[in-house]
Amino acid sequence: MMRTFAILGVALLSASAPAPYMAGSVTGTITFTGTPPKMKPIDMAKEPSCAKQHATPIETENVVTGPNNALQYVVIYVSAGDQGSETPATPVHLDQKGCQYIPHVVVMHTAQSLEIANNDQTSHNIHPLPTKNPEWNKSQPPGSPPIVTKYENADFIPVKCNVHPWMHGYHIVLATSHFGVSGNDGTYTISGLPPGKYTLTAWHEKFGTMTQDVTVGAQPAKADFQFKATPY
Amino acid sequence: MRLFLIALVVAATTVQAQPSILGGTREDFRRYCAGCHGNAGDAQGENADWVDPKPRDFTLATFKCRSTPSGTLPTDDDLFHTIKRGLVNSNMPSWKPLPDETVMNLVAYIKTFSPRWKTEKAGTPIPVPPEIPVTADDILAGRALFQKMECWKCHGPEGRGNGPSASTLTDSKDQPIKPFNFAASSRFKCGTTNQDLYKIFLTGLDGTPMPSFADNFKGDDAWHLVHFLRTLQQAESPEKVVWTEWLSTHQGQLKPIGPEGQ
Repeated sequence: MMRTFAILGVALLSASAPAPYMAGSVTGTITFTGTPPKMKPIDMAKEPSCAKQHATPIETENVVTGPNNALQYVVIYVSAGDQGSETPATPVHLDQKGCQYIPHVVVMHTAQSLEIANNDQTSHNIHPLPTKNPEWNKSQPPGSPPIVTKYENADFIPVKCNVHPWMHGYHIVLATSHFGVSGNDGTYTISGLPPGKYTLTAWHEKFGTMTQDVTVGAQPAKADFQFKATPY
Repeated sequence: MRLFLIALVVAATTVQAQPSILGGTREDFRRYCAGCHGNAGDAQGENADWVDPKPRDFTLATFKCRSTPSGTLPTDDDLFHTIKRGLVNSNMPSWKPLPDETVMNLVAYIKTFSPRWKTEKAGTPIPVPPEIPVTADDILAGRALFQKMECWKCHGPEGRGNGPSASTLTDSKDQPIKPFNFAASSRFKCGTTNQDLYKIFLTGLDGTPMPSFADNFKGDDAWHLVHFLRTLQQAESPEKVVWTEWLSTHQGQLKPIGPEGQ
C-alpha cells in the first residue's frame, strides 16, 4: 500500500513538472591538506586614501583559507559533458575599493559583459594579462564611468594595477555558465544542471587544477575537492 | 609602377606564403631580426638573454607603438614605422637604411608568427586632431591633468621617472621596466613629435604598465598634456619658452605636483 502510494507520488510529481528535465545541482566543499603560504599584510602607506579605509591592514589574497581547512576562491566548473549554455545577458561586476579587487576572483561566460568600477579616490589602471585573448591596459581615474569589456575566449587571466602593485586578481572566462566559486567556508554550489554525467574541474590560482567525474540526478550530487597546499 | 609592385608583394606575402618572396624575407628576418627575436619570432634569439628590455615576442602580437586602441592589433604602417624608427632606450636600432620593400616584407613576415593576424583585423587608428596653439593656460591645464591622472605616481613629480610606484613596475613578462624620464630625453618610445606623444596617451603602450587614457581624455586634454610634458624636457621648445615666461611672473603660485597637489 505504502509502496503504491510512493509510486503514485513520483508519477504525479513528474507529470506536474512542466520543464523537459528536472534541473539538478552539485554541491561540495573545497579544502586543503598541508601548509599553505602565509598571506602578508599590505602596506598601503603610499596610497593614504586607500590605507585609511582599512582599520587593520588587509592581507594578500593569493591563498585565502577558512575554518576547517576550507579554501576560498576556487572556481569549480563543468569542463566536459555540458549540454549547452548561453552567454548571460546580464553583466558581471568587478569593483575596485580600498585598492582591492572585489571580488578577488571574478568569473564570467565568454562574450559576457564585464563592468569594472572604480570606487576609490585614486586612479587605477586595469591591466589584464591574458594568454588566449588580447592584452589591454586602461586607466580609470576617480569618478570615471565603469569600463565595460568582454573576453571572447575561455581564459584564466591574471589582472593587475600597475600603480598599486599589491592589487592582483583574476578574470576567469569560461565557456559554460555552470560554475561555482568556493566561499570562505569552502562550500560551492553549481545549480541548473540537467541530469547527466559531467566532469568538473576545480581551479585555484596557486595550487592548480583538479578534476572529478560526477553524475547529476534528481538529488543534489556531491563533489568535494582537496588541494595539496605548499608553503611556497 | 614601383608602388604598385610593392603593394602586390605585400599582399602576396600576407595572403599566401609564396616561397620565392617569403624565402627572401625569411633570409632577411634571420639576418637582421632573429638574433634577438629568434627564428620562431618568440623572443628567444641567442642575444635575448643579454638584452634589456627583452626583445618583442611576435607570437603574442602585443605591440607598444600603435595608432590603434589598447588591445587591438597595430596597422602595417605602425609596424613599418617602428622598424624604421627603432625604439629609444632599448636595443632595437633604427632600420632606416633598409629599403622600404624589405621592411614591408618583414612586416608581413612578423605577422606570420601569431594566429591573431588570421582572425583579427588591425584596430581603427585613433585620429589625432590638429594641434592647438601653445599658451600658458594650455600648459597649466596639462599640468593639472598630470596631477589628476596621477602620471606622477610612475613618472615622478618632475617627470624624472622616479614616482612612488616606479620601482615596482614590471612589463607583461614580469621583467622590471622603468617609466620614461622626460628630463633625460627628447625622443619618446614611439616617435619624436608632439603627434607621436599625443598618440601614446590614447593608445597606451601595450605590454607595459603605461595604460590608455582614451576613455578619460576629452576635447584638447591630450594636447594640454603634450605641451606640459615638453616643459619637463631639457631641450628648448616653444612650450618651454612660454612656460619659463609664465613662471617668471608667477613665482610661488603653484602647488607642487604629488600627494599634496590635490
